[in-house]
Amino acid sequence: MVSFAGNKRYCFHDMFNKIILSVIYCFLGMGGILFFSAPAHARDYDYINVSNPFLKKTPVAVTEFKAFNGHDAEVKDGKTARDILKEALDFTGYLKIMNSVAFLSNPAESGIQLGQINFIDWTGIGAELLVTGGIVENQGKVKLELRLFDTFKTKLLVGKVYTGSRSQIRQMIHLFCSEISYKLTGKRGVFNSKIAFVSTVKGKKEIFTCDFDGQNIKQVTSHKSISLSPSWSFDGKWLAYVSYARGNPQIFIKNLKEKRGSIVNYKGMNISPDWMPGQLKLAAALSFSGDQEIYLLTLKGEIIKRVTRNWGIDVSPEFSPDGKKIVFTSKRTGTPQVYIKDLETAKVQRLTFKGSNNTSAAWSPDGRKIAYVGIEKNNIDIFVMNIDSGMPVQLTVNAGDNEDPAWSPDGSMLTFTSTREGGIPRIFVMNVSGSDQRRLLRLQGKQTQPDWSMSKN
Amino acid sequence: MKNRAWINLVMVILVAGLFFTVSCAKKTVVSDATTIEDQAKADAAAKVKADAAAKAKAEAERIAQQNLEDQMANEKALMESKAMAAKNRFENQDIHFEYDSSVLSSMAKIVLKEKAAWLKTNYSTFVTVEGHCDERGTTEYNLALGERRASTAKNYLIDLGIAASRLNTISYGEEQPKVSSTTESAYRKNRRAHFAID
Repeated sequence: MVSFAGNKRYCFHDMFNKIILSVIYCFLGMGGILFFSAPAHARDYDYINVSNPFLKKTPVAVTEFKAFNGHDAEVKDGKTARDILKEALDFTGYLKIMNSVAFLSNPAESGIQLGQINFIDWTGIGAELLVTGGIVENQGKVKLELRLFDTFKTKLLVGKVYTGSRSQIRQMIHLFCSEISYKLTGKRGVFNSKIAFVSTVKGKKEIFTCDFDGQNIKQVTSHKSISLSPSWSFDGKWLAYVSYARGNPQIFIKNLKEKRGSIVNYKGMNISPDWMPGQLKLAAALSFSGDQEIYLLTLKGEIIKRVTRNWGIDVSPEFSPDGKKIVFTSKRTGTPQVYIKDLETAKVQRLTFKGSNNTSAAWSPDGRKIAYVGIEKNNIDIFVMNIDSGMPVQLTVNAGDNEDPAWSPDGSMLTFTSTREGGIPRIFVMNVSGSDQRRLLRLQGKQTQPDWSMSKN
Repeated sequence: MKNRAWINLVMVILVAGLFFTVSCAKKTVVSDATTIEDQAKADAAAKVKADAAAKAKAEAERIAQQNLEDQMANEKALMESKAMAAKNRFENQDIHFEYDSSVLSSMAKIVLKEKAAWLKTNYSTFVTVEGHCDERGTTEYNLALGERRASTAKNYLIDLGIAASRLNTISYGEEQPKVSSTTESAYRKNRRAHFAID
């Protein structure tokens, strides 16, 4: 039986190294549509709840890729694609990639489609999910056939065909991972997101970006000064950051592709920018009035509105996902604590009461939690608090100084800075429960202040 | 040169004397020639002596002048080094703060009074007050805290009569620690306001 029924087919044209996407719905049989498209449209998110702190990892088997033509380049790229797929799925933190030594059958030989899979082989070894892959390569053009199966229900959860050039294999695999994520969690996941961060180059702090998994590192600035606090706009096209390049700390607003932007350069300091969700507006702390206050700014740095009105430090604003509130750090009661301000009602709510130094708050994408940094007796650690309950949960313990928490776009992970490896600040990621804490990238110098972009899907 | 000229002069006189001796040998007494000769010798000796005296005097004057100049130069150097020391002290003596505080300690106030006095003497200098923090606390919060420290110091100097227009502030937060170490003593040294002459 040959059937791609129910599978969406994506075609990529490699022009100017950019994917221009055209979607062709390729249905090969009416019965197929009825049979296969039904589960694809059902929003059965109940597979995995990514914000569950007691999450048990779901075992997934990723089989060898079937090389349809069987030539060396195809086999090699199939292997590369499988490795990228395994790494990406492993990165999620909620999937456990099974060791292929345990596999009882090899779909690369016996067939990668629904009717060709003997699910007992997979349930027998404890695989709850199965991913099969096939590759066709012709003159540098690659077609990937990818499927996700539920082994216990013996059904196809996601099936996709991607075509593109060899250099786009990574991108295609990550698109499929987004589909897997959407099927399992109801969210697109992290696979098409980027992380901006600060790294030193010859002792000077510059802004960098990389992919969600720490790959594809790019240096964005060369101010040879102090550059800090990068923040992504909601559409991933703009970066705002602080730089001392022109003397006092100013906010540089930069369109990454179009090489245009503006500088917020009020007297005093212009620091801690954060973009509003869904709009090209920013919140930032400015001190031109003689006191540090939080303001709402346009893309060009014009003041829309003053947000805080309080003598004392007010800094590090972060928008709620609906853009209606701001969480920030204030010293109004004598010690730095985390507060929430409603932009419409102007009501202020103090969030942290435990400890004498709580700063650097970040709002979870589901709007329910705040991650922040708490300092007690020289221990600098990351906490997460449910806004409703107000109960802080400590995520890092006895592992160097931990700062700068930032949420992944799906809310399943946090990236942060830690000095746990030799006292040098590096960028780490962890699951929102605090599990799977690991270093994200390897780069010379010191890395700090990661900010995770939204996913582009 | 001078000596040679004198020798030449003496030679001329002697040669001239010889002529006289020769030409007048028949009718004059010999003693005359001797007189002239002695006179010339004496004149020449006196001249040499006077010249040496003048020279010695000039030398003495020159030495005195030199001494005076040296003394003045020394005094100037001393004053300059004092001024330089005061300037260095102004630039190198930081004021320090408690953890998470921008309140001036009594020690900090004493140092600031000294700085105000220096600024009054050096009325044409402009100063940037830099606020710094220890590495505890987050980057952004420390930028804000550093600015508070700088502006507290600036405001105290203004209260002591220094024109606000001469005082600038900048915060480096925890970006430029004086000591890179994670000890309490390093933290203490890093929590500071530094005064840089523009």
